[in-house]
Amino acid sequence: MNTVLAISMVVIKELYRRKDFYVLFILTALMTLAMGSLNFFNDDRIVRYLKEICLLLIWVSGLVIAMATAARQIPTEKENRTIFPLLAKPVTRAQVVVGKFLGCWFACGLALVVFYVFFAILSGAREHAWPLLNYFQALWLHWWMLAVVIALTLLGSVVYSAVSANITITFIMVSGILLLGRHLHKVAMRMSEPSQTILGVVYFAIPHLEFFDVRDLIIHNWGLIPWWVCGVATLYAAAYCALFLTLTWLTFRRQALN
Amino acid sequence: MGVKTGTSSTPPASPIPIGWCMALLLTLCLTLATCLQLFFQNWAGGRAESASVLNVLVGDSREMFAGYFFEHADIYFHSGFYPSLFDQAAKTEKSEMTETQKEPAAGSSTKEGHTGEKEHDDLPDFMKAPSDWIDRLDRFFHPSSHLHLEKAGEAREILPWLRIAAELDPHRVQLYVTTAFWLRKNMGKDGEAEEFLRQGWKANPDSYEILFELGLIQEEFHKDPDRARNFFEAALRKWRSSEAAKAEPDRFSLDRIVSRLALLEEATGHLPQALEYMILWKSVSVSPGLVQERIDALQTRIKEKPKS
Repeated sequence: MNTVLAISMVVIKELYRRKDFYVLFILTALMTLAMGSLNFFNDDRIVRYLKEICLLLIWVSGLVIAMATAARQIPTEKENRTIFPLLAKPVTRAQVVVGKFLGCWFACGLALVVFYVFFAILSGAREHAWPLLNYFQALWLHWWMLAVVIALTLLGSVVYSAVSANITITFIMVSGILLLGRHLHKVAMRMSEPSQTILGVVYFAIPHLEFFDVRDLIIHNWGLIPWWVCGVATLYAAAYCALFLTLTWLTFRRQALN
Repeated sequence: MGVKTGTSSTPPASPIPIGWCMALLLTLCLTLATCLQLFFQNWAGGRAESASVLNVLVGDSREMFAGYFFEHADIYFHSGFYPSLFDQAAKTEKSEMTETQKEPAAGSSTKEGHTGEKEHDDLPDFMKAPSDWIDRLDRFFHPSSHLHLEKAGEAREILPWLRIAAELDPHRVQLYVTTAFWLRKNMGKDGEAEEFLRQGWKANPDSYEILFELGLIQEEFHKDPDRARNFFEAALRKWRSSEAAKAEPDRFSLDRIVSRLALLEEATGHLPQALEYMILWKSVSVSPGLVQERIDALQTRIKEKPKS
C-alpha cells in the first residue's frame, strides 16, 4: 500500500507543479466574476444563471484536469523510460496502475475542493444561503464521476498509441454519456430490431455518468439527495472503476514496454 | 576529402537581405489592409458596425440562440423540471411561462395564471413511471417534480435569459411582453418594465402587444388614463392593420385591448365611447354574457345621465 501511495504522491506533486489547474481556476473565476458583474434590471439578487455558468466551468475544468492528467501518466513513463527503474524497485504493474489512478483521483479531489469553495463563496455572497451539505453531495458525486473518467482514461492510455487520441476519444465518450446516456432507452424503444437490442445493451453497459451530475438540483435549490442514494451511486462508480482498472492492468501486464 | 560533420557551420548568406523582405511584406500588408478596409466598409454582410457584441459574435445564428435562451428561461421557470428533446411531451406542451403571462381580459371571470387543479392538468407526461432501475435511480439526481417560480420575486431568475434572448433577437415581441409581465407582476419593477418595453417598441414599432403592455403601465403604475388611452388606441389601430385581414386573427389580444379601453372610458366618464368598445368587446369575448350585463348597466347609466 505504501508503494501505491508513494506513486500517487508523485502524481499529486505533478499536478501542482503543472500550470493546468491554475490556468483553469483563474479562467473559471474570471469568467464567473465577469458574468456576475452584469446588471439585469437593477436586481442584484439574481443568482441562478451565475451558479449555472460557474458549475458548467467547474465541470469542464474537472474533466480537462482529470483526462489530461490521467492520459499522460503511463505513456510519459514509457517515453522517458522512467518506467524501467520504477518497475525494478520492485513495483508490480498492478501497483503502478492503482498508484497512478489514486494519484490522479486525489489530485482531482484537491482541485475540486478549491473550485467548490469558490462556488460556495460566490453563491453564498449573492444568495445569502449556505446549503453546505448540498454542495458536499455535489462535490462527492462529481469526484466519483471523475474517478470513472480517470479509470477509463488510464485504460485508453494503454490501448491507444497516442495521448491526443486517448484524450479525444475519452472526451467524446464521456460527453456522449453525459448528454445522451439517460435518453438511450427512449431512443431504443422507437427503433426496430436488432438496433433496439443493441442500443438497449449499450444503455445497460455504459457507466451512467449523468447520475453524478446534480447541477440542476444545486442551481434550482432543490433539497438534499437521500444519503442512501449517494451510497448506491458511490458503489456504482466504484464498480466501474474496478472494472476499468482491471482491464487496464490486464492490458498493461502483457504489454512490451520498449 | 572528409565529410563535414557537426552543427557549428554557419548557413550561407542569403542573396536578398531579410530586412528588405520584411519591409516588402509589411508594405504589402498595409496596401492590402487599405484595400480590404474599403471593401469591408461597403460590404452588406459586415457586422463590425453592430451595436451589440452578441450580434458580432454569433451573426445570423442569433435567432436560433435567442430561441434556445427563451426556452432556457422556461426551464428556469419550472426549476429545472423540463422535458428533454427526447421526451415526446416537448413537442406538444406549450410554454407555461408565456401562457401564464397572458392575463385575461379586464373584468373577465377567468382566474389569472394557473394554480390548483389547472396546474395538475398541465403536468407534462414525460415523467412517467420509471422504465428500469437506471431510470428510477436517475430521478434522484435531477428535478423530478413540477414547480413554478411564482412566489414574489422568484421570477427574477428567468430574467437574464430573457434579456440575452432579446439582445440576440430584438424582433421577437414575445420576449418583451413576457419580461415586462414578470417584472411588473412578480417583482414590482414597473419602471424597468417600461424601459424594456420601450426598447422593444423601438425595435418593433408595429407591435400591438408592446403598445398594450405600455398602456397597462401608464394606467396601473403612472395612473395616467390619458396616456394609457393613447397607447391602447394605438394598439387597437396596429391590431386592425396587422391582424384584421388574417384568416385567424389574434382575438385574445383584441379582447384584452378593447376590454381595457372600454373600462378606461367608463371610468373616465366617456360613456358613449365605452359603449362602443363594449360592443366590440362582446364580439370577441369568451364570455359574451358577462359583457352584455355590463353593456346593459352602461346603457342604463347613459339614459339616466341626461336626466341627472
